[in-house]
Amino acid sequence: MTQYLLSIYQPDGPVPPPEVLDPIMRDVEAVNAELRAAGAWVFAGGLHAPSTATVVRCKDEEMLMTDGPYLEGKEHIGGFTVVEAPDLDAALEWGRKLAKAITLPIEVRPLQYGSRG
Amino acid sequence: MKARIPAVAAGVVERVFREEYGRAVAVLVRRFGDFDIAEEAVQEAFATAVRRWPDDGLPPRPAGWIITTARNAAVDRLRREAARADRHAQAALLRAPIEPAEEGPVHDDRLRLIFTCCHPALAPAARVALTLRLLCGLTTAEIARAFLVTEPTMAQRLVRAKGKIRDARIPYRVPAEHELPDRLPAVLSVVYLVFNEGYAAGSGARLVREDLCAEAVRLGRLLAALMPDEPEVLGLLALMLLTESRRPARTGPEGELVPLPEQDRRLWDADLVAEGQALVRRCLRRGRPGPYQIQAAISAVHSDAADAASTDWGQVLRLYDQLTALAPSPVVALNRAVAVAEVEGPEAALRLVSELETGLGTFHVLHAVRADLLRRLGRRSEAIAAYEAAITGAGNAAEAAFLRRRLGELGNG
Repeated sequence: MTQYLLSIYQPDGPVPPPEVLDPIMRDVEAVNAELRAAGAWVFAGGLHAPSTATVVRCKDEEMLMTDGPYLEGKEHIGGFTVVEAPDLDAALEWGRKLAKAITLPIEVRPLQYGSRG
Repeated sequence: MKARIPAVAAGVVERVFREEYGRAVAVLVRRFGDFDIAEEAVQEAFATAVRRWPDDGLPPRPAGWIITTARNAAVDRLRREAARADRHAQAALLRAPIEPAEEGPVHDDRLRLIFTCCHPALAPAARVALTLRLLCGLTTAEIARAFLVTEPTMAQRLVRAKGKIRDARIPYRVPAEHELPDRLPAVLSVVYLVFNEGYAAGSGARLVREDLCAEAVRLGRLLAALMPDEPEVLGLLALMLLTESRRPARTGPEGELVPLPEQDRRLWDADLVAEGQALVRRCLRRGRPGPYQIQAAISAVHSDAADAASTDWGQVLRLYDQLTALAPSPVVALNRAVAVAEVEGPEAALRLVSELETGLGTFHVLHAVRADLLRRLGRRSEAIAAYEAAITGAGNAAEAAFLRRRLGELGNG
């Protein structure tokens, strides 16, 4: 089994109003429930806006901090789910379900370590 | 007493390589779960064959001999590396079964390999490169030359693709029946892309690169043998064979393009025409038409006509209508316009072509079609401008030479 990081790419800007967001969150919760029932759920989290991020760099002994996300752009990772799957096809199927629920693109990327065997 | 073994003629190893390389790699990938181990072992087995077959004679089952030799080479190599505590080698060795190599259900292995190489999670250029490398046995340098990139670029593309297959765990299996509609088109498009790159070489001096066409036809035949119930697989093979049948007539003495209406049809390869037409009939009988089958059927209508004038253009146009309904695209619309010119006249076709200009304005074939229609309507100065636009955009020298000849004829007329 391999673990895959499913990253949700979300456009920056105000949070959509509840009449838009609520049904989406219900659909996402349904996918999460399906993941748990299948034993594929590892971890998931939603993130605050990219403006709340801080980038830390260590140069020699000095620590430098910058306000905001590492990459400038119109979209940032808004949340993620880690799933456990036997192969990429299975992971992509979870990605497809999540993308359909959340109506946003999902990046599926294998983890190097972290498989619980 | 040892039976007398016939001597191995020159070129036999080469032929076995072309026919069996992909099969051997496919079996080894399944056994060892690693593309690089499989490739290196199969190459080593062929190197051994080059040394031994001339003296020992051709083994009764060359493919089995190659697979067994490759498997032994891989096991030897993994044992050596495992002894040096290479974790990866130990893991691969554990996966390798102990029983002797057999040819077994190898068909499925080659299908597994092609579906893995053409997985939609890989970029199209990577799918083509992997397929040519692992199934056809082309070297990185040969693939780089075929697609006009430098060898290091192609090597990097292959390494990256193989790394993704390994790390992201792209599965080594044939998709289930219900997944085929999603997965088969990617495989077919890789094969057709290889064929087209060979047939209408995007750039360079020569119009046709026969080696790529031959590899594509070989892959098409393999798929047709392995998936005889998929009509689009048969349709693609038919389309390639019918196109290939015209190759002897398609270039003039100076290497310039000879368009279909002007080809000497006696030069067409009659065997390929017959085989292609039989395949078209066979796949259309299944009643599950698809874009490759219809394109093959269009090609078959042309093959039926003894000369350009007796072409059944009404039938061609009906097939283009069907193709437009199934798989609409600006290029299909342009080809349909060519049929409309024959059925309804150049005026009607020109109206259709003008509508396509916004989408296909940079496509040189559009200008070539427009130029021809304008020439037929006697609109000389507009035709000259259209020929010039087509020549500017033409990628290969043979096509440009043909267009220049046409332009020259206008100038003198």
